[in-house]
Amino acid sequence: MTQISGGAFFVATVVKAIVFFTLLILCVALATYVERRLAAFIQDRSGPNRVGPVGLLQVVADGLKNLLKEETWPTAAMRGFFLLAPAMAIIPGTILFAIIPFATPAPTRWGYVEMIVANVPIGVLYVLAIASLGVYGVVMAGWSSGSKYALLGGLRGSAQMVSYEVGLALSLVPIIILAGDVRVPEIISLQQPYVEGPGTLGVWLLFPLLIGAFLFYVTGLAETNRLPFDLPEAEHELVGGYHTEYSSMKFSAFMLGEYAHLLTTAALVTVFFLGGWDIPFWDGDNIRVAADGTLIGEPAWWKTLLTLLAFTVKAGLVMASFMWVRWTLPRFRYDQLMDLGWKFILEFVTVYIIVIAAAVYIFDRSGLEFGPTYAAALTGVNVVVGILLLFVLDRGRLVHGASRQTEREARARMLENRKRERERALASALAAPGDDTYEGAG
Amino acid sequence: MAGEVKVVQRPGPEGSYLRAAAKGLGVTLKHLVRPYKVTQQYPDEKWELAPRLRGTHRMAVHEDGRAKCVGCGLCPTVCPVNCIKLIPAEDENGERYAAVYEIDEFRCIFCGFCQEVCPVEAIHLGVHYENAEYSRERWVYDLERLTEMEHPVTELWDPADPPSE
Repeated sequence: MTQISGGAFFVATVVKAIVFFTLLILCVALATYVERRLAAFIQDRSGPNRVGPVGLLQVVADGLKNLLKEETWPTAAMRGFFLLAPAMAIIPGTILFAIIPFATPAPTRWGYVEMIVANVPIGVLYVLAIASLGVYGVVMAGWSSGSKYALLGGLRGSAQMVSYEVGLALSLVPIIILAGDVRVPEIISLQQPYVEGPGTLGVWLLFPLLIGAFLFYVTGLAETNRLPFDLPEAEHELVGGYHTEYSSMKFSAFMLGEYAHLLTTAALVTVFFLGGWDIPFWDGDNIRVAADGTLIGEPAWWKTLLTLLAFTVKAGLVMASFMWVRWTLPRFRYDQLMDLGWKFILEFVTVYIIVIAAAVYIFDRSGLEFGPTYAAALTGVNVVVGILLLFVLDRGRLVHGASRQTEREARARMLENRKRERERALASALAAPGDDTYEGAG
Repeated sequence: MAGEVKVVQRPGPEGSYLRAAAKGLGVTLKHLVRPYKVTQQYPDEKWELAPRLRGTHRMAVHEDGRAKCVGCGLCPTVCPVNCIKLIPAEDENGERYAAVYEIDEFRCIFCGFCQEVCPVEAIHLGVHYENAEYSRERWVYDLERLTEMEHPVTELWDPADPPSE
């Protein structure tokens, strides 16, 4: 079967774009509801349960409320940028979805249709390029509001997102080393159940790249400004952070952007580490596009729908785990955030890349077949690194308490005092011979 | 609660953040799956009220529907916030009754002195608190509204704890 081409390809792409964008926005709306319910359950409350069945229409009610609210224009705001910022918050999160494969290719009369809006050949690099645009919405909103709280929020946001982007990008390097390709469908077929022949590892990359997955997850949290990294909107010190001055639908746009970004990050974790749309232990969905554009495997509509369901379930679970983390961990202090980003994650991920690269090199040289055994060996390497991380590296070094800060300050003060005393003793020893030999007099 | 002090071991500066975070996630997961909810679905579920709760007044009535009040004037006298307005009158049989009896529920502090002082057990406080109104005037309860109330009346003393001599 060949790929759909010509006018049919154009029509198929437009249809896919519209359908997936609508689904994404629907999921975003649902995510706000799920987040509130989950938060409530964690805190032994019920959450929204009045509007519609089990409160599902709460989303509609909130949307209507925001539409009908007054739109405010602060006098000090710069109009153009103030209007542009909410759009810049939504766009990167939504267009990232273009490269995420949702399901196996579906067969049609005109050829097969890949279930991905745009299968760009630079997949992972596209992710990194677009994800870094997310910071512009925050910075623009903070700067153009003409409010000091918003400005501080925007500043923090830019510093944080720029810092953690490095870790995010580097934590994807091991995947590229293993896959030897940056196209996203290739990364998924790498994780499918093992069959004879090149290109399948047999397990999800979560296991052979356990630490990489963890680092991607953590930096992903920081990139989407979720707790414990939500300093740009630290409400106890910055009112509302970068969107303090926004109201009505412009405020909603920031919320939509945040959740769209969150969904995208969950989808990326699914694609890179949880096998994407792959159904575990079943090789019926081992369908891939060969280099010459033909399809390897048997496509079917029911397979497409089944794998779409698998993808949704996985991404949903990752989303739920993001929310679970949010309602568990308290926010970091700003110095902790910067220490973690620059003094730990950057170094750790660099060393991790070297370890994985060395392991891959050694396995390849020792003639280990690419497959489950290979994955198991790599998992072993990760477990060793993980134990090192949990029991050796993370002893008050990752995120240290306030007590350590004060201890460090007390030590610095003590050293300072000792130095001053020594100087005073020296000065008085020099000044001893006569009364008129002060420094100023000479 | 008897004086038991729970000493919490603070994590030292050498503790592991990741292991502590994992422990915290365990705690929240436990609450997430627990069916217990503290929220009370108020209009659907209501509090169990104590029999001695002092709430909205009600006036006791005779079997023929007349208010028991004899207009003696003790309750407006004892009322610490002056929220009872009473104008007594006398009928053709020479029996005294309240021509006007109004209680301003906004001013009332629900001390229960009126119920305590009433010689004929006419005015009572009630076990009832849901009295929202659209206007301030509606908060002044006249005799008709006071006699129409149907909620249980407040017990001023715990029956298990009789007043001393």
